[in-house]
Amino acid sequence: MSRETPPKPTPPIEDSIEPSVYRFILRHSLKQQILLLILTLISFPFLYYSLDLPKTIVNHAIGGKHFPQPLFGLELEQVPYLMTLCGVFLALVFVNGGFKYYINTLKGQLGERMLRRFRYALYQRLMRFPPSYFQKMSSAQIIPMITTECEQLGGFIGDAFVLPLFQGGQLLTIIFFMFVQDPMLGAAAVSLYPIQGYIIPKLQRKVNQLGKTRIRTVRMVADRVQETAAGLGEIQANDTAKFQLSHFAHLLGTIYDIRFEIYRRKFFVKFLNNFIGQLTPFFFFSIGGYLVIRGNLSFGALVAVLAAYKDLASPWKELLDFYQNNQNSRLTYDQIVEQFDPANMVDAELLLAEPETIPHLSGELAVANLSLSGDDKSRLVDGVSFTLGLDEHVAIIGQSGSGKDELALLLARLARPSAGRITVGGADVAELPLAVVGRRIGYVSATPYLFTGTLRDNLLLGLRHYPVLPADHGDETAKKRAKQLAEARHAGNIDFDIGADWIDYQGAGVADAHELSLRIAEVLGRLGFEEDVYGFGLRGQVDPDTSPELAARLLEARQALAQRLVRDGITNLVETYDLDRYNSNASVAENLLFGTPVGPVFEFDALSTNKYVLQVLDKVGLTEDLIEAGRDVAATMTEIFADLPADHPFFEQYSFIGATDLPEFKTILGAIDNNDLKTLSEEQRLRLLSLPFKLVAARHRLDVLDARMQERLLEARRAFRADLPEEARGQIGFFDPEQYNAAASVQDNILFGKIAYGEADATTRVPEVLSELLHELELHTSVIDVGLDHNVGTAGSRLSLGQRQRAALARGVLKRPDLMILNEATSALDGQAQTKVMDGLFGEFAGRCLIWALHRATLARNFDRVLVMSGGKLQEQGRFAELDHKDSLTTLLMAAE
Amino acid sequence: MSLQQEYEVLRRVPFFAEVESSKLKLLAFMSERVGFDDGKIVCRQGDPGDAAYLIIDGAADIVLEGPAGPVTVATLGANEIVGEMAILCNAPRNATVRAKGRLVALRIAKEPFMRMVREFPNMAVSIMQELAHRVQAMNSQLQAARNEVNQLRARMSAAAE
Repeated sequence: MSRETPPKPTPPIEDSIEPSVYRFILRHSLKQQILLLILTLISFPFLYYSLDLPKTIVNHAIGGKHFPQPLFGLELEQVPYLMTLCGVFLALVFVNGGFKYYINTLKGQLGERMLRRFRYALYQRLMRFPPSYFQKMSSAQIIPMITTECEQLGGFIGDAFVLPLFQGGQLLTIIFFMFVQDPMLGAAAVSLYPIQGYIIPKLQRKVNQLGKTRIRTVRMVADRVQETAAGLGEIQANDTAKFQLSHFAHLLGTIYDIRFEIYRRKFFVKFLNNFIGQLTPFFFFSIGGYLVIRGNLSFGALVAVLAAYKDLASPWKELLDFYQNNQNSRLTYDQIVEQFDPANMVDAELLLAEPETIPHLSGELAVANLSLSGDDKSRLVDGVSFTLGLDEHVAIIGQSGSGKDELALLLARLARPSAGRITVGGADVAELPLAVVGRRIGYVSATPYLFTGTLRDNLLLGLRHYPVLPADHGDETAKKRAKQLAEARHAGNIDFDIGADWIDYQGAGVADAHELSLRIAEVLGRLGFEEDVYGFGLRGQVDPDTSPELAARLLEARQALAQRLVRDGITNLVETYDLDRYNSNASVAENLLFGTPVGPVFEFDALSTNKYVLQVLDKVGLTEDLIEAGRDVAATMTEIFADLPADHPFFEQYSFIGATDLPEFKTILGAIDNNDLKTLSEEQRLRLLSLPFKLVAARHRLDVLDARMQERLLEARRAFRADLPEEARGQIGFFDPEQYNAAASVQDNILFGKIAYGEADATTRVPEVLSELLHELELHTSVIDVGLDHNVGTAGSRLSLGQRQRAALARGVLKRPDLMILNEATSALDGQAQTKVMDGLFGEFAGRCLIWALHRATLARNFDRVLVMSGGKLQEQGRFAELDHKDSLTTLLMAAE
Repeated sequence: MSLQQEYEVLRRVPFFAEVESSKLKLLAFMSERVGFDDGKIVCRQGDPGDAAYLIIDGAADIVLEGPAGPVTVATLGANEIVGEMAILCNAPRNATVRAKGRLVALRIAKEPFMRMVREFPNMAVSIMQELAHRVQAMNSQLQAARNEVNQLRARMSAAAE
C-alpha cells in the first residue's frame, strides 16, 4: 500500500455569525437571490399574457365575427384560430408551470442550503464554547435551537426577496389598473392601506414579544424533560414525582397562557384585516354607486374595478402573511444567535486550523503566577508557579476544593486562566492551535465521556484529526460522494470525507491497521482492561461474510476445544449441540429451535405464541402435553412461591413466573375443571403453554421434562426444520457443527454447546480452558478485537465507571501525548487495579511527562515530584521523600485518608 | 433425580424436619445440584463457608489438615449434610470435604438459606431445636468423657497409693 501523505485539507473557518437574518441572507446568498429576482421578472410577461389570453379567446375566437384573423403572420379561419389560441394557452400554462416549478425548486434549494449553513455555523460555534459553559446552561436548551427552531428559516430565506417582489408587483399592477379606470376608485381601494400599515405592526409587536417568551418557555420544557430523564432514579427514590409533575404542569400552563394570548391577538389582527378588507367594497358600492347614478362613472368601469379589487385580496394577504413570517423569522434568528455567543469562546482559527507540521512539545513546562477566578470572584487557583521537565512524573495532591482539579483543567487548556500563563519551551500554550494541544497534550478526567458507539470508536477518538487516507470508493459512489461534498461547499460546510480513513497511524506510532490492533491490545493489557474487553469479545458477534478468515479460525478453535475437553477428561463440563440429542442444559425453546433467533420472530420469549411453532407442536401432537407440563410447572411455582411478598428478591433470582403474574396462574389453575385442560380458554391455555419453554432440564430438575418428553421434543425439532418456510430460514441461525453461526456469540460458537449445570467448577474451568486454548491458537488478540466492537451504550452507560475510566485512559495513551494530565482518572478502581494501572502508565510514559491530580495523597509516593495544593495555592512542592516529614501538609493529607 | 426427590431427601435431614413442605421445595429449587468426580474438593478447610452440601448420591470424606498431614476423620453418605455449621456461624471451614468416588450433592448457598431462616421463623425454630439436640448430645458425651477421666484419675491415684 502506498502511503503518500496527501496535502492536508483546510476546513472553512468562520469566526463570526451575522447579527441579523437579512445580513446573513445577503452575505451568503446575494447572487442566488438576484437570480431568483431576475427569473421572477422574466416570468411576469408570460403570466400577464396567460391572464389576458382567455379574454382574447372568448371575445375574438369564440365570439368574433370577422374571419380570417391574422395570427403570427398567418390568416386563420375561426376554428383553426380558436385551436391555435388554445394551443398557445396550453403552451403558456406549461411555461408558467415550468417557471413556477423551477423558481420553487430554486427557492427550496436556496432555503435548504442556507438552513444547512446556519445549523453548521451554530454547531461549529457550539464546539468553540468553553467546556465550563454547560455547567451553567443545559444542553437541552441548545438542542431545539439547532434542530426545530431554525427549521422555519429555510422557507423564509427562499422567499425573503422574491415574495415581496412578486406579490408586491402584482399588487401594484392591479392598483395601477384601478387608477387607470378611475383615480377616485383607485384612491378608495388603497385608502385604508395606510391605516392597516400603521395599526398592524403595532399589534404585531406585542405578538412578537409573546412569541419570544413562548420560545424561552418551550426551551425550559425541553430542559425539564432532559433533567427528568437524567434524574429519574432520584425522582423515584425520593418520591418527588408529584412535585415534578406540578412544576411541569406549571410550565405547560405558562405556555398555554402565552399561546392563548397570541391566538387572541393574532386573530384580532386577522379580524381587523378582514374588516378593513370588506370596508373597501363598502366605499365602492356607496361612492362608486353614487358616481354611476350621477353619471360620473360608467357602469362597466365599476364592475371592472370591483373584479380587480377581488384580485387585490390575494397578493395583499400574501404580503401580510409574509410580514408576519418575516417578523417571526427575524425574531427566531436573533434569539438563536444571541444564545450562541457566550464569553470566552475558543478562537475558530485555533479550533480548526491544521498546521503543516505538528511540533512535539519540548523544553520546560513553566507555569507562572497562574490564577483562575470562579463565578463569585473567588480564587480557585491563586498565583501558582512552578517549572518542570517534560520527562517528569508529577503528582498533584490536595483536598477537594484545594484547586488541584482546576489546576489540571488549566494545564490541559480546558479552562482559561484569569491571570498568569503556561509556557512550554517558551511558547505560550494559550496561543497554540488545538491541532497541537489536542495531539500533544492528553487529558483524562474522573468522569470521562464516552460517545455512543463501539468501544473501538471511543478508543480511536484521539486519533481522528483529519482524513489521512482517502476512502476507496467505487466509481459509482465516488461520483455520488463528490456531488455530496460539492453541495457541502455550497452551504459553507466542511468538505472532509467521513468515509475516509481518519486514523492518524503515525500519531499512534504504528504503520497500519494491523499494528494498531496489536498496539490497542498492548495498551489494554497495560491498563488491566484486557480481560474485560476479551469478555466483550466472547459475548460479541462475528459476521462470517465480512470476516471469513476469523470465522474459519474460530471454527478451528471449536474443533480444538472439543479435542481439549476429551484430552483433559472434562467432556462432561460442556454439553455439545447434537441434532439427534436433546440438550438437557439448554432450554426447551433452544432445543426446539436448535439455533439462535435472528430478529424478533423466533425470539425465545415469543416462541410460545409463534403461529408456526404452534402448528408444529400440533402436528407432532405435543401441544396438549406441553400445556399439561405448563400446568405442573405453574402448580409447583405457585406452591413454593406462594407466601413470598411480591417484591421478594427470590422472584427475580429464581422464579420464572414473575411476582405480578403469579396470581394470574393461580386463577388459571383454579379454573381447571375436573382436571380437564380443555375447560380453559384459549388464552389461558396459551399462558400455560408459555411456561415449559423456559425450562432447562438440568437446571430446573422438574419432572415434566422426562426422557419421553425429550424424545418428543426432538421429534418437534425435526418437524420444525423440515417444514420451515423458505422465507423464515433467515430468521434462525441453525446450529451446524461445520458452520460458523453469525447470530451466536463468539463463545457459543467455540463451545458449540452449553456449559453444564451441576458439574463442580464447570463455570470456572471451561472459561479457563477456553482462554488457554485461544492463547495457544493466537486467537486471543482477535477476540479482543471483536470485543472492541462492543457497543458502549449512550454516554458509555453500558460500561461501569471503572471500565469507562480505563477506556478513557486507553484513549489518552493511544495518541501518545508528550504531556499527559490525569485528573483523578482512576478514582473508581480498587487498590489492586489502581496499582496495576499506575505501573502501566509509568511504564508507558517513561521519558514523557505525566501530571496526575490524585484522589489519594498516599499514591504520590512513586512520583518524581509532588505539588501540594491548598486553598488554591501551591503550598508545598518537592520530592515525596522531602515532603514526608512530621509537619508537612502532605503528611496531614495522608493521615486524613 | 428431580426436585421432588431432592425435597424428599431434604425432609429427612433433621435440620429441616419441621420446615413446611413448600418452603423446603423452595429451598430445593433455589439450590443447585453439583456433581464432583472422585477426589475433587467440595470445600477446603480454612476457606470461608459459602454453602452447605446435602449428599444425594455417593460419599464424601471429611479430612482434617493437621500439622502431621491430612487425616480422614469421617466418611459421609447419602442424605447427610456437610458444611452447615460454617454457614450458620460465619466461620471458616473447619475441615476439607473431598468426593469419594462420584459424588452428587445439593449445594445450598448461604445467602438464600440465611434469608429463609430469617424470614420463616418455623425454619429457625427447627434449626434451633436440632442445634440444641446436638449441644445436649455433646454435653452428655462430655459428661461421659469427664466421668471416664475422673474414674481413670481415681484409679491412677489408687494405684499410686
